[in-house]
Amino acid sequence: MTLAATAGHLAAGPTPLAAASHGFLSPTGVEIAFVLVGLVTLGAAVVTVTTRQLVHAALWLVVALGGLAVEYLLLTAEFIAWVQVLIYVGAVVVLLLFGLMLTRAPIGRSPDADSGNRWAALTVAVAAAASLVWVVVDAFRTTWIDLDGPVAGSTAVTGASLFQNWVLPFEALSVLLLAALVGAIVLSRRAKADRATDTGRPTTPNGSDKGGVR
Amino acid sequence: MHLAYPAVLSVLLFCTGLYGVLARRNAILVLMSVELMLNAVNLNLVAFDVWLSKAAEETLHSGQALTLFTIAIAAAEIGIGLAIVLAVHRNRGTSDIDKLRDTAEGPDDDGPDDDGPGTGTPAAGPAAEKAEATA
Amino acid sequence: MTTTTLAVLVPVLPFLGAAAGLLLGRTAPGFVRPLAVLPTLASLVLAVLVAARQGGGRAVDAVTELTPTGSVPVELALHIDGFAALVAVLVGSVATCVQIYSTGYLRDDPRYPSYAALVSLFTSAMFLVVYSGDLMVLLVGWEIMGICSYFLVGHYWETPQARAASLKAFLVTKLGDVPFLIGLLALATEAGSFRITKILGAVASGSLDHPTLIALLLLAGVAGKSAQFPLHTWLPDAMAGPTPVSALIHAATMVAAGVYFVARLLPLFQTSHAAMVVLAVMAAVTMVGSALAALAQDDIKRVLAYSTIGQLGYMTGALAAGDRGAAVFHLLTHGAFKALLFLAAGVIIHAAGTNSLAAMSRMRGLRDRVPDAYWTMTVALLALAAIPPFSGFFSKESVLVAAEHAATGHTGQAPGAAGWTVLLAGLVTALLTAAYATRLWLLAFRGRGAEAPDHGRQPVAMNAVLWVLAIPSLALGGLAFRLLPDWFDGHDLTPTLTTSVLGTGVALVGGIVTYAAWRHTTSLAARPPLGAVAAHPEGDAALVEAEAIASHEPAYGDIAHAPDPSDPGRLLLGPLHRHAAVGFHLDAVYTTLFVRPVQAGARLVRFLDREVVDTYVRGAGALPRVLGTAVRRAQTGNVQTYVSALLAGTVVLAVAAVLVATGA
Repeated sequence: MTLAATAGHLAAGPTPLAAASHGFLSPTGVEIAFVLVGLVTLGAAVVTVTTRQLVHAALWLVVALGGLAVEYLLLTAEFIAWVQVLIYVGAVVVLLLFGLMLTRAPIGRSPDADSGNRWAALTVAVAAAASLVWVVVDAFRTTWIDLDGPVAGSTAVTGASLFQNWVLPFEALSVLLLAALVGAIVLSRRAKADRATDTGRPTTPNGSDKGGVR
Repeated sequence: MHLAYPAVLSVLLFCTGLYGVLARRNAILVLMSVELMLNAVNLNLVAFDVWLSKAAEETLHSGQALTLFTIAIAAAEIGIGLAIVLAVHRNRGTSDIDKLRDTAEGPDDDGPDDDGPGTGTPAAGPAAEKAEATA
Repeated sequence: MTTTTLAVLVPVLPFLGAAAGLLLGRTAPGFVRPLAVLPTLASLVLAVLVAARQGGGRAVDAVTELTPTGSVPVELALHIDGFAALVAVLVGSVATCVQIYSTGYLRDDPRYPSYAALVSLFTSAMFLVVYSGDLMVLLVGWEIMGICSYFLVGHYWETPQARAASLKAFLVTKLGDVPFLIGLLALATEAGSFRITKILGAVASGSLDHPTLIALLLLAGVAGKSAQFPLHTWLPDAMAGPTPVSALIHAATMVAAGVYFVARLLPLFQTSHAAMVVLAVMAAVTMVGSALAALAQDDIKRVLAYSTIGQLGYMTGALAAGDRGAAVFHLLTHGAFKALLFLAAGVIIHAAGTNSLAAMSRMRGLRDRVPDAYWTMTVALLALAAIPPFSGFFSKESVLVAAEHAATGHTGQAPGAAGWTVLLAGLVTALLTAAYATRLWLLAFRGRGAEAPDHGRQPVAMNAVLWVLAIPSLALGGLAFRLLPDWFDGHDLTPTLTTSVLGTGVALVGGIVTYAAWRHTTSLAARPPLGAVAAHPEGDAALVEAEAIASHEPAYGDIAHAPDPSDPGRLLLGPLHRHAAVGFHLDAVYTTLFVRPVQAGARLVRFLDREVVDTYVRGAGALPRVLGTAVRRAQTGNVQTYVSALLAGTVVLAVAAVLVATGA
């Protein structure tokens, strides 16, 4: 956050709610909570991408995603927070765990979890982070979000918005989900020739269970 | 609340996910990192939506709607992605991205030891990978 | 039908026959023989009709221009005078005989259809040359004959001798044809036309600026086509082709085309004394040299080939003496008896299973096996040796008379030096001709040793043709020498006493000396037979001949002669025999002068191309190759590497864009 002090001349346009009175050194309670939860989330995310135990990575991902849900709540986006918990923590992570198991990922430490690319990856990631943080902070260091007043992301508001203004993309999205469903089933089937030769054999778990997982 | 807090958190999460995508060897871990990146974007969307809706500049709640869409797409993506990973695992016996190098130059030109910098393959040369792939 | 229509049909019929033969050769083999023989026969009949109608009177001229062709017009023109009419009859007769003979000679040959079609095509081209009144059209026929000769000499292309011979024949004649073409173009430019009549008109009016140059250029083509020194070397080697082809192309017709061409344009040559002297020297060297070489050959067909060269020398000699009547007279009789000699030789080769005179001289009773060939060949050899009253005597006498007239200055048409040269060389050659004719006869028919193998009777088609040709060989000269001057220029062709006595005398001397030498050496022939015998004597004549030619070199170490101590030619020639056997080393000289420099040049070009030019090309390719190798190393196949590079680039670009936007 120290980069915020650097004087930049980013052409970010006027900042309508520039509140000079809100300094970074006098945080509100919400801000303190946000930062703390953010630190936890970030830490969990870092552990997720660095741990050598694959199953632990999935579990730390749960922590990171949960932390994000809390952040959504702090930002008064209730509906999205619950969707986050339901879909990500509930469904996606379970899927990922199934995937780990079906690909027979080793339980315990695996020494080669990171590829030889990690130093290049670290360089790229740090450089990207530095430049993005610099730009973002430079652009928005004086922008203030007024969290008081009516809740911005309540179910009612989101629902009204979604089914009044966004109903067409919403329906299109349902088609996309259907296509993804069909695609996943097709991908996880064995080829027909395979099946013909395998009729005598008992079906292997990773061969037939995937339809159920989906 | 300062907009900088969620924005910076979003940036850091994104870059963490980026590192994971680039550095992880297991395909499923790569998918997890992708999820992290998507969530970082979601956080960004939500934060800006809240800011803009409070500033009465924009009343469509496009940020939150897009977040929902992103979540739905992420769910679809993880489903397809896992199906692909499982198909690869079934065909090749591995979900190790380092070993899926069918587009590499042939072994007659580049020995297994002088691959590009930072991607050294332990032990298994391309020939072994091919044999494994066709097994 | 008018004479013109008949004359047009003469070349067209064999051409159609050739096309039909090529098309139907595979699908309808039964039609091939009629298609080969009948059009040629019809052409012969038409040629006889044309000759009868023309009758030695005014030349028939017909001309049509298909399309304008620029400065000098090329016209389809006929020019039929007495020469053309009679030469066409000769061509038709020999071609018909050869086609009939070939049906027997190549009766089992799988490539007979293409062979017969090529012979028909050749016949058509020869008719075109004979009748054409336009030099460009004549050149077309001239070159078609060349290519047909190439294909037919290479008929037995399985043997390396035939392949080499066909290439050599083609290249050597082309060597003459290039100056010939240049000469034709120069002539047409100066005369303003390709028409023979107009050119002769221009010659008569003296409007040619460079007659000597043009004549010498044309002589090069004539020397190549008619196998005159120094371009004669292809003809002996061309004997690797089938015997009927040798009879038709390399004895009776194509090689006579050069002589015929000079005869047609003789006034042009006569305007240049230098050209006439060159022609005379060429004829003299050719005559004597080829007769000496003929005396040393072992292959019966090569003897005849050198003999052909010598007789063509007589014809050019007559031209050099300024008497084209004598030249064409000798052309006609020679065409008949030399075709007969070749065809009879084909029968003998088939019967004996060998083409080697040395091997034949060790066979008893060969003449009883082939009585038809024996009698007809005897007649033809007597004609060749110019013994009266055979036809060769009269035509050769007419040549000698013409030379004598030129030498003594009775005619103003030729320089006296040319006359003397031709006369002396002609007498020497008469001696030598009789000698090698006697040698051939003795070795082939008077052999001693084992009984000649019995390969059954010869086909009727082959024997009948021999008798048909024996008639003109026997009687043409005596019957025609009074009539021919009406057809030709009107010069008298009657033999004079001096030359008759001289010519016949030296011929008898040559024959008797050879007989004596043979009696002397024949005791040495008791040794076992030599090799060069065909492996399949029961096959058809063509197969026997191909095998005999192919086995000559392995058996004797050379394609031309054999180490035979009983050969009278060896005794007669003495130390000269060694050189005469290889054609006086002319091939070796050509190898040194032309072949080796060309090969060295080719090697130099190859070196420059491979080592110098290619080095630059390879050098130009090296840098991109190195760069490509470097770029290729980035293709690790690892997706993460690619994405890392992509994102790193994105970051750099984004930072750069931001810095530029902020003006930093």
